Amino acid sequence: MKSLAELEAIRQRTLERINLRREDESTNIRVVIGMATCGIAAGARPVMMAFMDEINKRGLKEVTVSQTGCIGMCRLEPMVDVYLPGKEKVTYVHMTPEKVGRVVAEHIVNGRPVTEYTIGAAEDK
Amino acid sequence: MRDLSLHILDLAENSVRARATLVRIGVKADEKRLITLTIADDGCGMSPELLRTVMSPFGTTRTTRKVGLGIPLMAQNARLTGGDIAIESQEGKGTTFTATLHGDSIDCLPLGDLAGTVASLVTLHPDGPDFVLECSSPKGSMCFDSREVRAALGGVPLNEPEVAAWMLDSIREELEPIFGGVIL
Repeated sequence: MKSLAELEAIRQRTLERINLRREDESTNIRVVIGMATCGIAAGARPVMMAFMDEINKRGLKEVTVSQTGCIGMCRLEPMVDVYLPGKEKVTYVHMTPEKVGRVVAEHIVNGRPVTEYTIGAAEDK
Repeated sequence: MRDLSLHILDLAENSVRARATLVRIGVKADEKRLITLTIADDGCGMSPELLRTVMSPFGTTRTTRKVGLGIPLMAQNARLTGGDIAIESQEGKGTTFTATLHGDSIDCLPLGDLAGTVASLVTLHPDGPDFVLECSSPKGSMCFDSREVRAALGGVPLNEPEVAAWMLDSIREELEPIFGGVIL
């Protein structure tokens, strides 16, 4: 049975590193997922949960996941923007939970965008 | 939308945009397999004029496009089962959205991952609003309240991946005996 007591343990584990993160905004990586009606209908929620799961499993401390509304390219949803500090935004389109592992490993951890999943690759087709 | 939990996720976002501080999500199934979904918020509410337009796919407050499909899609899926939707709203007080669906109908969507919906909502809005999930069926009932999680966590934000994982497991565990993984 899950209990609120477990949250206390999480609190103690994470409080320190959150304070560290607040002091150093420059290393923050942002993952932004389109979660309007179009994104949700196309499968944005499982993609978002796959990101949370992967970040949790790898213990990545400086990544935050957030959402945005519809940006008018509904046919490319689910879309995900990844912001690395000091780099240009990379937009991934037609995302699936299966693609998330590679984006986290290659782009977020190692800094090399997965070109074949990006909007540039999709528009060239 | 493939299941009811995705509709709930979509419609609860309307409450967030209405600057609610508390969003109550209810899923109830009775002995006759009548399913009642409610999303009640204390947001800005809607004027009678706006309320008339939200049922139409061509009504939206958005400025990027002229369509808003969240409510019309839910209405269509409710009516396909012989059910319907209702919206009560008072400016400054909040809005309550209700959908009824007949679970016996072959056109009734499955419930889907309700725990995923609620965990996502809390994770994506760590600074509020708070979300309450109340579910019941003839097999039992449960209640999840993000305010309790917030209080237990002290200063730790609700979008920590470990917290999201905890919420997901915790809600799933509580829902299992009520809906048995599915709504019926």
